[in-house]
Amino acid sequence: MSIETNEFRPKIVAFCCNWCSYAGADLAGSSRLAYPADVKIIRVPCSCRVNPMFILRAFEKGADGVILCGCHPGDCHYTTGNYYARRRMTLLFSMLDYIGVENGRTRVEWVSAAEGVKFSQTMNEFVEKIHSLGKNVRLGDLRCKN
Amino acid sequence: MQELINRAKELLESGEVARVLGWKAGDLPYNPEPAYFEKAEDLKDFVYNGFCGANLSKYMIEASKLEGKTMVCLKPCDTYSFNQLIKEHRVDRDKAYIVGVGCKGKLDIEKAKKLGIKGIESVSGAEMSDACDTLTFQTIYGEKSCAYADAMLERCHVCKGKDHMIYDEIIGESRDTKDAERFAEVEMIEAMSPAEKFAFFQEELSKCIRCNACRNVCPACSCRKCVFDSTKFDSAQKANVDSFEEKMFHVIRAFHVAGRCTDCGECSRVCPQGIRLHLFNRKYIKDINELYGEFQAGADAEARGPLTNFTFDDCEPSIVAERG
Ligand code: SF4
Ligand code: SF4
Ligand code: SF4
Ligand code: FES
Repeated sequence: MSIETNEFRPKIVAFCCNWCSYAGADLAGSSRLAYPADVKIIRVPCSCRVNPMFILRAFEKGADGVILCGCHPGDCHYTTGNYYARRRMTLLFSMLDYIGVENGRTRVEWVSAAEGVKFSQTMNEFVEKIHSLGKNVRLGDLRCKN
Repeated sequence: MQELINRAKELLESGEVARVLGWKAGDLPYNPEPAYFEKAEDLKDFVYNGFCGANLSKYMIEASKLEGKTMVCLKPCDTYSFNQLIKEHRVDRDKAYIVGVGCKGKLDIEKAKKLGIKGIESVSGAEMSDACDTLTFQTIYGEKSCAYADAMLERCHVCKGKDHMIYDEIIGESRDTKDAERFAEVEMIEAMSPAEKFAFFQEELSKCIRCNACRNVCPACSCRKCVFDSTKFDSAQKANVDSFEEKMFHVIRAFHVAGRCTDCGECSRVCPQGIRLHLFNRKYIKDINELYGEFQAGADAEARGPLTNFTFDDCEPSIVAERG
């Protein structure tokens, strides 16, 4: 192991739908577009598969930021999944804001399979944002912290 | 109340209904409990007064599976829940004979106790036929009294109105009790800084003992298998005590009823710790109203709920940050 640095490396969980955003991430990779290694991608069948528990569970297990990526509205592989996801996430994010979790820690972005550039840009931006917010101390299970 | 009992007797004796679902006196003068009455003579125990806060609509889920019709007494706010249950195919409309009962506001004995009224032996002024202006208590320390409104449940101060949304007949008078705005507290919290919000909820929620009463009483929480009973869910038991789990429980519980919660107020009424669960429910309701258009769950049994619906031009989740 290298010499310990005290620099904060955020843990980011990105839920990506299989049909667009995951492919977008793939494209970013094969186009050699860089995005920080702090982003851990979890592939889901559709953005609509993500229920509020997924987001909270990610925070519980130590994530500092959670982002959900799906097909652009109108392009969902299952036609309307992302429309439902959009309402759900709006309400959930608003609730998290209401209980005092900084609202920059959650985000939704629509990324198509052709948008490798957008994917890498979004992730860079998001990591930077979380970096500025610092460690997530308001949510998270103490037992999961090392 | 006598009118209600007479009607129940009639319906039972004619065989039109097989049972009556109402309230019977509890072991204290202020805690009547939900009860079934199958024989006309049992109705001597029937009560309906200011302490009958319990919403009987959820009991109709089980009663719908029984032989014959059930006469069920529903207060105005309970009828919203019943409509919602019809919409969710939880109850059978044809198995219910709904008597819409009048309501002059229901009482919270804890509020009276906070006013220093303790050692209560009997209460008067809370009967349906009373004016419901003043409550008089006989206590072991002598006679005490308080204004009816000062001992009313929070939900009755923000009552949705005294019209029954669904009924077969209506018995008893109602009285307007609304004297507060239902989103006032939510707005107050919204105006706090993130740190203040966090501290506020930390304090409120750390009281939770995870007894699940709020879930069990909720007419919208009628899943046969509940996520909170899963052994994989960390907050299934209180033993895993962590501040996060309370938050997770409360955010998820309220989310599961978002768009379906009629704001009947049962969860806040039954919480033994006095946690104001409506602060969560109403936040979702307020957001839904603001972002997707006014919606009152249970106002009818048909309208599509806001979370099982969408429009192409719904706002993006980023609105949360944008509107500040
Ligand atoms: S009823 Fe109150 S104490 Fe019990 S689980 Fe619900 S909020 Fe917690
Ligand atoms: S969440 Fe509370 S107010 Fe809403 S329907 Fe359930 S018990 Fe009633
Ligand atoms: S908390 Fe959720 S899973 Fe449990 S009964 Fe309520 S709606 Fe169903
Ligand atoms: S498949 Fe991509 S959002 Fe539904």
